[in-house]
Amino acid sequence: MAENQRILVCAGTGCASSGALPIIDILKEEIKRQGLEETVKVVGTGCQGFCEKGPTLVIEPQHILYTRVTKEDVQEIISQELIKGERVERLLLIDQTTQKPVSLMSDINFFSKQHRIVLHNCGVIDPQKITDYTERDGYKGIQKALKEMSPEEVMEEVKKSGLRGRGGAGFPTGLKWGFCRQTPSDKKYIICNADEGDPGAFMDRSVLEGDPHSVIEGMLIGAYAIGADEGYVYCRAEYPLAIKHLEIAIKQAEEAGYLGDNILGSGFSFRLNVFAGAGAFVCGEETALMASIEGKRGMPRVRPPFPAVSGLWGKPTNINNVETWSNIPHILRNGAEWYTQFGTEKSKGTKIFALTGKVNNTGLVEVPMGTTLREIIFDIGDGIQGGKKFKAVQIGGPSGGCLPEDMLDLAVDYDTLTQAGAMVGSGGLVIMDETTCMVDIARYFLNFSKKESCGKCTPCREGTTRMYEILDRITKGEGKEEDLDTLENLAYTIKETSLCGLGQFAPSPILATLKYFRHEYEAHIHDHKCPAHNCTALLSYTIDTEKCKMCSLCAKNCPTNCISGDKKTNTPYVIDEDKCIKCGTCMEKCKFGAISRA
Amino acid sequence: MEWLTLTIDGREVSVPKGTTVLDACRMNNIPIPTLCHAPELTSAGACRLCVVQIEGMRNLPPSCVTQAAQGMKVETQNPKVRQARKTILELLVANHPLDCMTCQKMGDCSLAEYAYDYGVTGEIYQGEKRCLPIDDSNPFILRDPNKCILCGKCIKACTEIQGKSILDFSFRGFDTQVGPAFNLPYKESDCDFCGSCVSVCPVGALTEKQMVGKGRPWEVSKVQTTCPFCGVGCNFDLNVKDGKVIGVTSNPEAPVNGKALCVKGRFGMDMIYSDNRVTTPLIRKNGELVPADWDEALDLVASKLGEIKKTYGPNSIAALSSAHCTNEENYLMQKFMRAVIGTNNIDHCART
Ligand SMILES: Cc1cc2nc3c(=O)[nH]c(=O)nc-3n(C[C@H](O)[C@H](O)[C@H](O)COP(=O)(O)O)c2cc1C
Ligand code: SF4
Ligand code: SF4
Ligand code: SF4
Ligand code: SF4
Ligand code: SF4
Ligand code: SF4
Ligand code: FES
Ligand code: FES
Repeated sequence: MAENQRILVCAGTGCASSGALPIIDILKEEIKRQGLEETVKVVGTGCQGFCEKGPTLVIEPQHILYTRVTKEDVQEIISQELIKGERVERLLLIDQTTQKPVSLMSDINFFSKQHRIVLHNCGVIDPQKITDYTERDGYKGIQKALKEMSPEEVMEEVKKSGLRGRGGAGFPTGLKWGFCRQTPSDKKYIICNADEGDPGAFMDRSVLEGDPHSVIEGMLIGAYAIGADEGYVYCRAEYPLAIKHLEIAIKQAEEAGYLGDNILGSGFSFRLNVFAGAGAFVCGEETALMASIEGKRGMPRVRPPFPAVSGLWGKPTNINNVETWSNIPHILRNGAEWYTQFGTEKSKGTKIFALTGKVNNTGLVEVPMGTTLREIIFDIGDGIQGGKKFKAVQIGGPSGGCLPEDMLDLAVDYDTLTQAGAMVGSGGLVIMDETTCMVDIARYFLNFSKKESCGKCTPCREGTTRMYEILDRITKGEGKEEDLDTLENLAYTIKETSLCGLGQFAPSPILATLKYFRHEYEAHIHDHKCPAHNCTALLSYTIDTEKCKMCSLCAKNCPTNCISGDKKTNTPYVIDEDKCIKCGTCMEKCKFGAISRA
Repeated sequence: MEWLTLTIDGREVSVPKGTTVLDACRMNNIPIPTLCHAPELTSAGACRLCVVQIEGMRNLPPSCVTQAAQGMKVETQNPKVRQARKTILELLVANHPLDCMTCQKMGDCSLAEYAYDYGVTGEIYQGEKRCLPIDDSNPFILRDPNKCILCGKCIKACTEIQGKSILDFSFRGFDTQVGPAFNLPYKESDCDFCGSCVSVCPVGALTEKQMVGKGRPWEVSKVQTTCPFCGVGCNFDLNVKDGKVIGVTSNPEAPVNGKALCVKGRFGMDMIYSDNRVTTPLIRKNGELVPADWDEALDLVASKLGEIKKTYGPNSIAALSSAHCTNEENYLMQKFMRAVIGTNNIDHCART
């Protein structure tokens, strides 16, 4: 049995909801009972990134990964893995290419092909212990800044690193800091945007849950460079664990003298508050976010004035995303030059993506900017589920766009994706296979945008609803000849006249699907067919009398009793199209493949 | 003052620094449609109807909140701009009851006017339409939320002119509404019924209830006058049809008050035709008030005052004057008391 083992059990939101917390308790109890406490430590960590396979746990120092662990597995893990040093095979990940179990994280593409800077501590340390953070060089960045560098030098370092905002737009961070620094004022604020409203994105939550001190340290460094003495973390209330870990971290940082007055004897003071937002996508927009902190309705306002000039309570304010802040300590500690080795010419460093959809490995992946979509989807993601064919990837959530197969070799960076009609956005990557209807996908995202529109400006408030209605009609087979023109005109008007980014980018899913998958729209409108066989209203089920053995299984299972036929009288089985609700049960039940869908 | 030169629709114009593109256009008689802009309110830039194209700028910026800059090249009428405005109007009309025939606002409605200008048909977008209850809870303001285009001007008027903040947005997206907190009827809110919100509403969502059915804007002649109710001296327009005052509307040029009025000035003018109005002096004779002419009444007052002063001295007389009177009238009252009667016993209803 190896000495100094650590069992890192993921206690992030994903794994906690699939039962990780009792596992930690039982593990601790059992290890104590068996007298192993001296050699084995159990650590509840933040998200390890592989939530869909959760609860996950990692045995250190070997880095053995166990997935879908239940509390019933604890005994076996102890007796087999800890005591005998042998793997519990049934809990190992199955490599989809080789169909063999893999145990070492270094052999699992999902982990080995990532490059973790921001996620460096996530899933590895106990986020509720400041010592876990400081042992891994935590707070060295702010120490260096306060002791060896002037605020201007810190800002220059960030500028040199080429770091761009991870909140979506990719604005150069150092430049932004400079604007706020330049505005004269007796009071300045900095804000961490942890609203994370994109459906499917959860990197900010994971960073706050798994490594909250890195965000605090990043903000400290930013405040020093900008000349701010107070900060807010605006975190959606649906992230209770992130808020809890952040609050614990703030308290510990205060006790350790990293937050408060005269930090580390430098004369620099900084206070940090947590604000729980009520969870509207639009509150992630910076001006709406600040209105929300001020107690007003979360509605964007026109810019200028930009927050750097007039932000929270009218004071110069600098706002950055969680992931942006979390990059800062690494840049300070290791230097801008070190940072610039990752990424492309204009997009430096790494980016965390939330990989979801029809891909084998889903979860959080951090890769250098410039990694191709193919590497992310087929190497890290291990390809498409069920051996199906890749169709498209939606990048950037409801503000982004779908890219087709022939764009898989695009390097993922801000400028390339924007040019292609998608965007890095918050980093959502939804993988779609041949069974996904692209009109339906556009409809799904428009449904989101129309519900989240704040209602302030006409094009977004009224227009998103109309775009949704047109798409909905098309998926129901009620599309009209002129719909595509109407849709396109509406999309461009909304894009060009909306007040904030929500409206300006709400049409992107439509524009991208119209660009790359126009034929699917046309098939719905002209032929009343859904090529992906997804849109229920456009399906039709038929029984092939040649193949039908008149077993009557379909008729017995049809919920609307719309299949008739009789073996005795040799009446063939047929489906009454008017009554059929297209549930697909008959096709599933037929053992002879006599029923087909078109 | 620093001046800027910019080009609008190929024409060079000069405006003072700090002018918006919208104002630069209006100073030069270049028409721009606006729904959420009002000179007396802070700009929201919300309706997006005032968009223009500006060389080097992303998208189509709204002119009402874009500052004019030296060398700027603005296009206000090119096909792209007009198409965008038309689409915005189509969107508004698609969610609007087309009740123009019976609507009190017809003839003075910005939406109807622009829809006409831009050839809006209202047929392109067929879908969901609001169907919200009309607020008929009070005698002054009629609110039809289905006609509201959510420009937000009433909200700003209530906050910035009246200082009450009764109104705000509620709900989100397509379901957004404007009204008092919790969508209560006006009557159950803390509303002062100053009607400032009504005065800025560009459509028929907020109308003066008293005027409904009494006259169309084009049948009405507007007569500027000074409010008789108090000494503030607000100016407004009497709306007169066939020699009869049917109501009051703000006159934006009013020197004292601009568009602001109080409930009495805006909604109290129906007192003109009240049966209870005292229209001649009354003298109590044998315990009963009997109409008299002015000479008789004035003679009576003069002789009585003279008698009392002679018998009991000037300090036995006091005068109380009214906020209904003008400053000049109040001045005369105190002058009369001090110089003619010889007492300082004067007071005024608005003193407390
Ligand atoms: C509708 C909308 C939603 C947004 N949501 C978020 C969000 O959830 N998190 C975030 O960091 N930025 C979000 N943004 C971007 C922010 O407005 C802002 O640009 C960002 O926080 C700046 O940080 P960065 O420079 O570090 O990227 C959103 C923008 C829009 C228009
Ligand atoms: S674009 Fe949409 S979310 Fe943004 S201000 Fe306009 S209505 Fe609100
Ligand atoms: S699809 Fe469903 S409803 Fe239609 S025939 Fe088959 S079982 Fe019946
Ligand atoms: S508000 Fe204007 S557009 Fe609407 S019904 Fe009245 S007049 Fe017509
Ligand atoms: S009547 Fe006056 S107080 Fe009442 S809502 Fe309108 S502006 Fe506000
Ligand atoms: S009620 Fe009138 S002023 Fe108020 S938001 Fe609606 S349209 Fe604008
Ligand atoms: S009564 Fe009201 S409207 Fe009339 S003058 Fe006085 S304040 Fe103005
Ligand atoms: S929450 Fe456990 S892996 Fe993400
Ligand atoms: S008038 Fe400019 S946006 Fe409404």
